[in-house]
Amino acid sequence: MKRVVFLLPFGIFMILVGFFAFGLRTDPSRLPSPLIGGPAPPFELPNLTQPEQRITAADLTGKVSLLNVWATWCTACMQEHPVLMKIAEGGEVALYGLDYKDKREDALAWLNKLGDPYLGSAFDSDGRVGIDWGVYGTPETFVIDKAGTVRYKHIGPLSWEDWNQTLLPLVRELQAEKG
Amino acid sequence: MVFSGIVRAEHPQFSFASPDQEQRFLELTKELRCLVCQNQSLADSKAGLADDLRKEVFRLLQEGASDQAIVDFLVQRYGEFVLYKPRVKPATYALWYGPAAFLLLGALALFILIRRRAKKAVIALSGPQAEQVRRLLDQD
Repeated sequence: MKRVVFLLPFGIFMILVGFFAFGLRTDPSRLPSPLIGGPAPPFELPNLTQPEQRITAADLTGKVSLLNVWATWCTACMQEHPVLMKIAEGGEVALYGLDYKDKREDALAWLNKLGDPYLGSAFDSDGRVGIDWGVYGTPETFVIDKAGTVRYKHIGPLSWEDWNQTLLPLVRELQAEKG
Repeated sequence: MVFSGIVRAEHPQFSFASPDQEQRFLELTKELRCLVCQNQSLADSKAGLADDLRKEVFRLLQEGASDQAIVDFLVQRYGEFVLYKPRVKPATYALWYGPAAFLLLGALALFILIRRRAKKAVIALSGPQAEQVRRLLDQD
C-alpha cells in the first residue's frame, strides 16, 4: 500500500507530462474552424475585376474549390502568392479569392503587378462576408467539396509544402467523391 | 449609469437606443474575446476585427436579438474560443471543477493521514508502556 501511495505523485506528474507534450506543440492562436463539416456560408459579392458580375457561394459548388482570403495590406499574402500562381497553373482545383477589407484600386493594381491566380475574386470591402466565414487573420484558405461543404481551413500563408503534403491530397480525395 | 459615459467615450460611433442596450453592449463585449489580440476582450481591444465585431454586436442589438442569440451568432462563426468565459459542459468540467476537486482530495488525504497517526499513537501506548505512563502521571 505504501508503495502505491509513494508512486501516486509521480504518476500524476507523468500524466501532466503527457498533457504538456501534446499541448505545448500546438499553436493556440490557430483556431479550429466551426465551419468544417457544414455548408459554405452563403454570400453574394461583386467580382473584383468584373464588378457587373457577381460571385456567390453557389460558384463554389459542383467542383472542388479553394477560397483564399487575401488583401493588399497583408504582407503574408504576398508571401503565398507564388504558391497560389503554381496551384492555378496546376489546374487541379478551382481557386477563388475573397478580397477582404481592401480598396478596389489597390487590389486591381496588386493583381496586375503580381498576377491573378484566381478564377474570380469576390470583393468583400466591409468584411461582413469575412465575419460569416470566421475570418480573423489573413491569409486563410478554405477547401470546399463538390457538395459545397467546407472540409478544411488553412490559417496563415500557404507554403508549397502545405499544398503538397496536406491540401493537394485532400483535394484529390474530394475529387474522387461523387458530386 | 456609470457605464454609459465610459462606453460612449470609447465608442462614440454607437448611439444606443437606451441605457439598457448600452449596458448589454458593455457586458457582451466584455465576455467575448478579441480573436486577433487573443488575451483581450472585445470591449478592450483596438484591433480592426474587434471594431468590426463590436459593430456586429451593435447591429444585432439594434435588430432586437437576445444576448444568447448574439453569443450564438459569434460562436457559430468563430467557435467556442470567442467566449472569454468558457461554457460549463462535460468537456470543461475538469477546468471548472478541477481545482475544487483537488482541494477536497488534498484535504481528505490530510484528514486520513492525521487520523491514522493519532490511532497509531493510542495503540502504541497500550500494554506495559501505558502502565508506566499511568504511574508517572499518578505521581503528580
